[in-house]
Amino acid sequence: MIKEILEQLAPLDAQIAALKGNGNDMDALTAHASELAELAVEEDEILRTCGPLTAEDRVFLARHPERPHIDEIISALFTDFFEQRGDRQCKEDPAILGGVARFHGMPVTVIGHRKGSTLDENLACNFGMPGPEGYRKALRLMKQAEKFGRPILTFIDTPGAYPGKDAEERGQGEAIARNLMEMSGLTVPVLAVVTGEGSSGGALALGVANHILMLENAVYSVLSPEGFASILWKDASRSGEACEMMKLTAQDLYRGGIVEEVIPEPVGGAQRSHAALFERLDAALRMHLKELCRMSEKQLADQRYKKYRQIGETRNA
Amino acid sequence: MNDIRDLFPGRMRERTFQLKAKRDAGAVWHEPQFVECKQCGRRAARTLWAKSLYVCPNCGYHMPIGGYYRLSLVLDHGSFRELDADLAPQDVLDFPGYGEKLSAAQNKTGLREAAVTAAGRIGGVACVAAVLDSRFFMGSMSTAVGEKITRAVEYAAAKRLPLVIFSASGGARMQEGIFSLMQMAKTSAAIQRFSAKGGLYVSVLTHPTTGGVTASFASLGDIMLAEPGALIGFAGPRVIEQTIGEKLPAGFQRSEFQMEHGFVDQVVPRSQLRDTLIQVLQLHAGGKHE
Repeated sequence: MIKEILEQLAPLDAQIAALKGNGNDMDALTAHASELAELAVEEDEILRTCGPLTAEDRVFLARHPERPHIDEIISALFTDFFEQRGDRQCKEDPAILGGVARFHGMPVTVIGHRKGSTLDENLACNFGMPGPEGYRKALRLMKQAEKFGRPILTFIDTPGAYPGKDAEERGQGEAIARNLMEMSGLTVPVLAVVTGEGSSGGALALGVANHILMLENAVYSVLSPEGFASILWKDASRSGEACEMMKLTAQDLYRGGIVEEVIPEPVGGAQRSHAALFERLDAALRMHLKELCRMSEKQLADQRYKKYRQIGETRNA
Repeated sequence: MNDIRDLFPGRMRERTFQLKAKRDAGAVWHEPQFVECKQCGRRAARTLWAKSLYVCPNCGYHMPIGGYYRLSLVLDHGSFRELDADLAPQDVLDFPGYGEKLSAAQNKTGLREAAVTAAGRIGGVACVAAVLDSRFFMGSMSTAVGEKITRAVEYAAAKRLPLVIFSASGGARMQEGIFSLMQMAKTSAAIQRFSAKGGLYVSVLTHPTTGGVTASFASLGDIMLAEPGALIGFAGPRVIEQTIGEKLPAGFQRSEFQMEHGFVDQVVPRSQLRDTLIQVLQLHAGGKHE
């Protein structure tokens, strides 16, 4: 669906880019103003034909390679970023990027999954699949944030924790478990944003937050739809079917009471205009952070505990 | 908790418990009388298996055992009191076919859910014990399992009791999607609060403990024990082999491997488990559990 529509748009996008020239110089823009306007209208019409997005469409968009990545988010929304590396035990894991930065002047700790934009970067970051060292680094930074009283912002975008041999040898399960446990007790505000695909414990290990936000086309699930289909039906090709059944879209999670806010994306997906998305994301982060910063240390830990405590709370039958 | 069975004297409760344990151990007339070992393939009479606590008399394979039977092996006679026995699973996603599968599993195992939680005594030390039963949806973590474990942890924290959890799980309950995933955070958060109050948590890993259970409460024990030869890990061996494109060495992710890599304190055979638990609990008696 959305895939075909984006394919139709591709040549128009190319034309627009050609008309605009390399820089955003005003001469080119004014000279081709009418052509550009026509192309924009044409694109709008195509986009309008796509109608409401299905869960499968959203999974496709959530994984789109041109979706804003953690590096761009940090340079767009934060200033003064200082990267911190290593878990202080054995290794640096590039699949998680973290450090201290300023958000509208306030020092915060920023942590997020890093997928990389080019193939080389993808390989270096292991496609955003962290090992135990990555989670231990994240925990180290969070504990430090707590020590210095800084709010923590996490950005989730991962296909899951890396299912590799060395990851198992070094305690993938223990590392994730430790993060869940320690994050639940943090006395500083924790705000998580699911920006792309959030899959399994690998996503949750950065996600035990006071508030969770999701971009409109982000997905968050217990497992990737492919993994889900292969476990339930021993057939990974039925992932499309799985997408609908899993209730993994931002809208589903908002309805389920897990997510506090869904941040609208530009029509056709966040990859079509990063600037427009960042503006909305910035506003949402400010609002939620302002609310959380008013709470005391104990209130923050209690609110976070209650948030997770009530998920799936059952009454006696 | 306002159950009519609570009005019965303790002896009645114990008798019901023992009957359930017997049923879990397969000691009823309609079960086959010969049992084949999944590891070495040798067949032995069920009575022989029962005598060795369902450890293969030939090769020492620790067969997975049912929840009530597991508890009957470690709790003091007459001390068992089940917690939240009526807590039932819920179909949170309206997942097609899940309701029927649940009733089938309930009929087959006689369990309500994959977790059994209880208050009891081990070697005279009052404690809270929880078991995951791998016969019920592979011991996977549903919202009801997460809720039961969390309630047990909270109960132990409120009563200042030590906590023993026997894990056996395939991970998250797929049919409950994201709600299942969130139980990892919920149970871990409960352990955090329990631990901050000075509570002792003994985690016993049994075959198999994988996925979301490994990546939450099962890995967070103050004391980590494992039964011999149990598969313990986050990703399953098949997934790892597919990812790295090679065969895994024998013994990979087994209890002994986990001990060697620093994630388990001791590997304890089933026959010694009760004695080991008594030792650990008594060593921690009179701690600073506020």
